[in-house]
Amino acid sequence: MNILASKKDIITNLQKNILQWQGINIPQACTVRFAGLELLEAAFPNAVFPTGAIHEFLTEQQEHAAACAGFLGGLLKVLMQQGSICLWVSTSRSVFPPALKNFGVAPDRIVFIDLPRERDILWVMEEALKCSSLAAVVAEIGDLSFTESRRLQLVVEKSKVTGFLLRKNTKKLSTTACVARWKITPLPTELEEGMPGLGFPRWNVELLKVRNGNPGSWTIEWCAGKFVPVIRESTGLSIAEEYTRQTG
Amino acid sequence: MQKRYAAIWFRHLTTDWLTLHRPELKQLPFVLAATEHNRKVITAATSLAESQGIQVGMAVADAKAMIPDLLVFDEKPAREKRLLKALAEWCIRYTPFVALDLPDGLILDISGCTHLWGGEKTYLKDIVTRLRGSGYDVRAAIADTVGTAWAVSRFGQVSPVIESGAQASALLPLPAAALRLDSNILTRLQKLGLYQIGSFIGMPRSALRRRFGEDLLLRLAQALGQTEEYIQPIVVPEPWQERLPCMEPIRTAAGIEIAIKQLLETLCLRLQQEGKGIRTAILKCYRVDGKIQQVEIGTNKASHHVQHLFKLFELKISSIAPGLGIELFTLEALKVEGVSILQEALWGGNPGLDDEKVAELLDRITAKVGTGTIHRYLPDEHYWPERSIKPAASLQEPAITTWRSDRPRPLRLLATPAPVDVTAPIPDYPPLMFRYKGEVHHIRKADGPERIEREWWLEGGEHRDYYNVEDRNGQRYWLFRSGHYDTSEKKQWYLHGFFA
Repeated sequence: MNILASKKDIITNLQKNILQWQGINIPQACTVRFAGLELLEAAFPNAVFPTGAIHEFLTEQQEHAAACAGFLGGLLKVLMQQGSICLWVSTSRSVFPPALKNFGVAPDRIVFIDLPRERDILWVMEEALKCSSLAAVVAEIGDLSFTESRRLQLVVEKSKVTGFLLRKNTKKLSTTACVARWKITPLPTELEEGMPGLGFPRWNVELLKVRNGNPGSWTIEWCAGKFVPVIRESTGLSIAEEYTRQTG
Repeated sequence: MQKRYAAIWFRHLTTDWLTLHRPELKQLPFVLAATEHNRKVITAATSLAESQGIQVGMAVADAKAMIPDLLVFDEKPAREKRLLKALAEWCIRYTPFVALDLPDGLILDISGCTHLWGGEKTYLKDIVTRLRGSGYDVRAAIADTVGTAWAVSRFGQVSPVIESGAQASALLPLPAAALRLDSNILTRLQKLGLYQIGSFIGMPRSALRRRFGEDLLLRLAQALGQTEEYIQPIVVPEPWQERLPCMEPIRTAAGIEIAIKQLLETLCLRLQQEGKGIRTAILKCYRVDGKIQQVEIGTNKASHHVQHLFKLFELKISSIAPGLGIELFTLEALKVEGVSILQEALWGGNPGLDDEKVAELLDRITAKVGTGTIHRYLPDEHYWPERSIKPAASLQEPAITTWRSDRPRPLRLLATPAPVDVTAPIPDYPPLMFRYKGEVHHIRKADGPERIEREWWLEGGEHRDYYNVEDRNGQRYWLFRSGHYDTSEKKQWYLHGFFA
């Protein structure tokens, strides 16, 4: 028994060490918690959303980019809680600042950097990530090579700033050093039976890749200023099909 | 060491200045006038006007009667002081101690300065010829005391340079007004027939004190050098500039880096001692072949942080072409502002927008990419979506009104609304479907309409009826119809944004 227990200890210790060597800091108990995302957090190592890392979001279409900005808004709300600010870097910005207020982010605490050339984005992103007074840096970019993502990851490991990359070009996807690859797509909203109009924003949050975690997909709603997971009984039908059945 | 003073008298200070700025007035008699008790009184006149009988203190109406085409300009308050200050700063080349003598003179403490010009006579001549050459009508005198120099510069007839210790003999033939006395005392002296200083200088002090007061005795003693008189020299602000000459011409980037670091260290030390910081600075590199290379940096917040400023210059080093070598570097802070000294906090707070590090980061981005890239938005009191935000003037500018969140607004807004084809059968209802970029979207749910009127005082045009719609796939859009629903005329629909 003793030998077995010690073996288990050795393996867990080894696993922890491997995580550290890979640049993944083992989060402490006091790290940031996102209300409503508990199910999602479980997919990450140690069941903690990795802040101080680079996250990658795939936004092919403009509709996806909007959904993604909504989800990001919810994350930024928590990250910017202590009054710190966020940088939003892009070449063709379409984010409408007043709408961010609905996601709990003060739009005047976001500094937008509108660059004329695509190639300056990574330089600005790297410089910004070095600045530890920022809560987060969001950048909308086209392509990202492994070397570039590795540079960003190395900077973040020192400064503990969270970086979000919104990738417009999803045709050529290669391996990156980012801690997670997300895809947020909008889902039809749902209201109570017979009510007209639109409901709360609802998204299908997909984690395509997680370093040392388990990918998965969840349905999340933004309701009354926080994330609410939507758990539905499986009907065996896709949402679109279900919808046609409901509406006839 | 015996003190020596020079007094310079500008006989027509303000009018000379006006002639300098408007050369067309040179041949014309003109005066400056100010309103005094509901009438205009002449405060200064040109020598041409004076030669025709105009005097300072005359009413403008009287002067106009004498010279009908007399030009009259308004006197601006404190103009003499401004002019004298500029002239005093120019006079710093002759002595480090220059004092203003309002309303029309300067006093120079020239002790130990004249030998550099080869004697007092040439020194004085230099001052007078230079000032006359630039267009000012001046008289000047040198003496042991301020009082005598003043008197001789105004009233002296013989020699402008009074030998050391010869004040009394120089003063004897001068009129009483040369003692800088009050007009009351002057009229009393006039009444008693004491026109010249020589006629009362020998009188017993007690008699003079009883009849004319202490002031006369004081002025007399000051002029004779029996009582010390102090002048208040002006302080010329030193420019925020540093120079670094090089023994050997510098051609490498590493050499330029070292030069910039050295210049910054000395300049920032000076700035730090005075609690100032750089807003804009310019580095000039003087090349061996006589050409000048220069780079300029700017900061969002005044800074005297050497590391940070060096980083800003470092980004620009590549644009300096050293050619055959650089022999002199100068660094000048063009715009300097007070630095708010931050209190050291024991606990790490989160100052957000006031943070030094954020300001430094934005400086670096501006230096690399150029100006006009950094935006921050504040709410503006307009319903029209394009005008509902305004760019903030600075990083610290607070929002005056709160952000509205009562109406739904899309997270992504198109810069210009994209026209879409729709099928909308019923008036004032959202469309059934629309086509955007060749793709058909069947609308399942909709909210609205929200009518937003154009602000007619800013621009004309149709109002917009906005609908938030959701298509079959759950994608949410912000559509609007421009203008009222009308059967006779087809109204265009537009897509304006995407909801989350």
